[in-house]
Amino acid sequence: MSYLELLKLASPETIVVITALAVLAIGLVTGRAKSTATVSTAKPTQSANETSTATGICSAVAVLGLAIAIGTVLMLPRNATLFGGMLVITPLTSLFKIICMALAFFTILLTKSEKSLRHPGEYLALVLFATVGLMLLVGSEELLMIFIGLELLGLSLYVMTAFDKTDVRSAEAGLKYFLFGSTSSAFTLFGISLIYGMSGTTSLAAISDKLAGVSIQALLAVGIVMTLIGFAFKIAAAPFHLWAPDAYQGAPVPSAAFIASASKVASFVVLGKIVLVGFSSLHGSAAWHAMVAGWSPVLAALAALSILVGNLVALAQSNVRRLLAYSAVAHAGYTLIGLIAGDRDGFSAALFYATIYAITLVGAFGVVAMVRRETGGDDFSNFAGLASRSPLLAGCMSVFMLSLGGIPPLAGFFGKFYLFSVALRADANHGLLWLVAVALLGSFISLYYYLMVLKAIFVDEPALAAARDVRVVPPTLLLRATVAVLAAAVLLLGITPEILAARILAAVP
Amino acid sequence: MVAGCYGVFLSADLFLFFAFYELVIVPKYFLIAVFGSTNKEYGAMKLTLYSFFGGMLVFIGILSAYVTAGSLDLNQLSQFQFSPQLQSWAFPVLFLGFAVLAGIWPLHTWAPTGHVAAPTAGSMLLAGIVMKLGSYAGLRVAMNLFPQGFQMWSKWIVFLAVVGIVYAAAVALRQRDLKFVIGYSSVSHMGFVLLGLAAATALSVSGAVLQMFSHGVIAALLFAVAGRMIYRRTHTRELDELAGMNLNRALPFAAFTFVIASAASMGIPGFSGFAAEITILIGAWRTYPLAVWITGAGMVLVAAFTLRALKQSFFGEAEPSVQLQEGRVALDPDWNEQQSITAAEKCGACLLMFTTVAVGLYPKLLLDRIMPAVEAMRFLK
Repeated sequence: MSYLELLKLASPETIVVITALAVLAIGLVTGRAKSTATVSTAKPTQSANETSTATGICSAVAVLGLAIAIGTVLMLPRNATLFGGMLVITPLTSLFKIICMALAFFTILLTKSEKSLRHPGEYLALVLFATVGLMLLVGSEELLMIFIGLELLGLSLYVMTAFDKTDVRSAEAGLKYFLFGSTSSAFTLFGISLIYGMSGTTSLAAISDKLAGVSIQALLAVGIVMTLIGFAFKIAAAPFHLWAPDAYQGAPVPSAAFIASASKVASFVVLGKIVLVGFSSLHGSAAWHAMVAGWSPVLAALAALSILVGNLVALAQSNVRRLLAYSAVAHAGYTLIGLIAGDRDGFSAALFYATIYAITLVGAFGVVAMVRRETGGDDFSNFAGLASRSPLLAGCMSVFMLSLGGIPPLAGFFGKFYLFSVALRADANHGLLWLVAVALLGSFISLYYYLMVLKAIFVDEPALAAARDVRVVPPTLLLRATVAVLAAAVLLLGITPEILAARILAAVP
Repeated sequence: MVAGCYGVFLSADLFLFFAFYELVIVPKYFLIAVFGSTNKEYGAMKLTLYSFFGGMLVFIGILSAYVTAGSLDLNQLSQFQFSPQLQSWAFPVLFLGFAVLAGIWPLHTWAPTGHVAAPTAGSMLLAGIVMKLGSYAGLRVAMNLFPQGFQMWSKWIVFLAVVGIVYAAAVALRQRDLKFVIGYSSVSHMGFVLLGLAAATALSVSGAVLQMFSHGVIAALLFAVAGRMIYRRTHTRELDELAGMNLNRALPFAAFTFVIASAASMGIPGFSGFAAEITILIGAWRTYPLAVWITGAGMVLVAAFTLRALKQSFFGEAEPSVQLQEGRVALDPDWNEQQSITAAEKCGACLLMFTTVAVGLYPKLLLDRIMPAVEAMRFLK
């Protein structure tokens, strides 16, 4: 295979890397201009203007780069394998590369709402590097490469979380995320090394062959559990979720949106590949009366715990971002149910749900960003009276919240329906019914707090002090359009889910 | 919301059916929380959460039916033979889910608080139509899909229905707020519907369907009087306060309407309430005579609380300390502006009164349409 062909097959990743470097360079140039301007004129307004122009140029370049990369993904052949599985191209990887890049695209659009980002070039470059991490993660069937993607993604996200140097909570969130993240990476690496020791290979398909017919011994069980822990951390499944509330609340809004959306989708793709391809022979069973050792009881325990912990703790939150974080824990639990169900249907149901969840959450964070810009906070009290200030945002937020709560005809409802029916069908005796019942109970609980958000928006009167405090900063047209597009997507995917579901089902091997 | 209701009644596909069913719930929250009155946020949230809880049970039931039979078409599903084991647990889950919305005891507590908190139009819709969604769905979906499960559990449904009738009537007897009285009376009347369904003879089920219709009309009428005609003018619904206002002279039309509605609600012959309840009781006699006896005693309670509400609200003795003027209510500054009953209110009330009398005098009008549809169902004994 010639180098030229290699470059061609890896071109989407290459393009994103080049874009990241270009954005970094532009940020440096405009950043220097800004600092001289501040010295000479000493007018903060002017420097703010220049920052926003810098953000504008950088994000325009970044968006352009992503668009080109998406185009190249579409032009590449449907199936290819590089370096013996280090990088593969299948319909599944192509589809999810596109989805991840699209989510990164929306994250970049949200970046324009952040006033406090002082180095937009560096920030956007980090977003792009994280996107490369995602693409490697999605496009690999090799444990080592997956680990590298995981680390590239993780390191970028740690910095993105701590990026707001004016906010002590951002720093706290970054530190917490970093400590938890690096610990769990260590677990994963340990697990991978054990698996390698047992099977002598790091390629998923080969592992599957080697492990076929092997009964579960202590060492193997430790290896599997350790590997899964790393991913449980990435998808914020309880009890590995403790970083999530702080990261969602403290990080700059676009970082939080990115962590909650693209990073999560990619993690589910990889987790699904590892358990369904790599450990396919060690499925076990999570059925109520007939538990069989394997990875699925482990995931079932994680799922049930996440659903209960996430939903119950979310009840007590008064900050919208924290609430979204705990609900994210619960949604990770729902999504895991699809993987536990195990077959092709289950995988595609889980991926469909994760994608819809990601779209919804980027939109919700978009609304949060605009409310934050207007009122300087994101507590329930800041949302009070949003319906009269901005009916459009209020309407979009209610679409997002109700979709998360699983109200028809929104996308979240169909996602849940698909997920739960697949889980029930997976076992002839409805063995997973207990898990579905837990999930439905959880989603019933969740409706209460989603309704509390809507109550704040539609029913509560804004407190007088807060109302006076509101600086009228009308959200820019671009931001409003972004949020409206996402809300329309949620509605559309609820009414005609097959446009996405059929594609995912066709792509899943 | 109204669109959602139509959707539920029309759907022949379970997926659409459930989508519309849930679609009805969300607007209710905002209807009550934004436009409601007494304790509205609590009432709205309670009502919504109860409804969603019911929705969750329904969802489990529908999923189990879908996964087993592989279809969501109601007509196909009703031909499918589900295993007795599945029916024995799926039926109570599904039926209970629907029954929450129909106000089955002991999951009825959302109904009075919801009715009280809701704006008048909201209460009329809630009691008149939304509660019927539950019983309709129980009949159309739960009983039709799982007939064997229904037979296993019908005793318990009868038990709950009878307890509901008597209990709600007894509670209504002690309420001070007029809307609470009506709210509990709704629960009591819906108990009749459930009893009719559970007795599972062609006659009792037809009676239940007739009662759904009749109660819709009567409850709407009662709420219209309590919420719109009285509350708008006196700004109180406390029976003790109303007793001192001598409203039968102040608002003669409202008094007339309320008498008619109460009579229909008590089951006086000649009104739709009687026609429906007698059909249910006759139908249920064959299968559950004991239940009919208890219910008969319960009807005395229904009459008691209705008469009490009627007496206190409209025919109370004026207290000597309150100065009364001809045609106006004492101590109310807004009185002059909205003095008499408007023509629109009269029209609405007359239409509803006419309906209840017409159905009461000539129930065949509706029964002729109900009976054939009911007889086609496969769970009848």
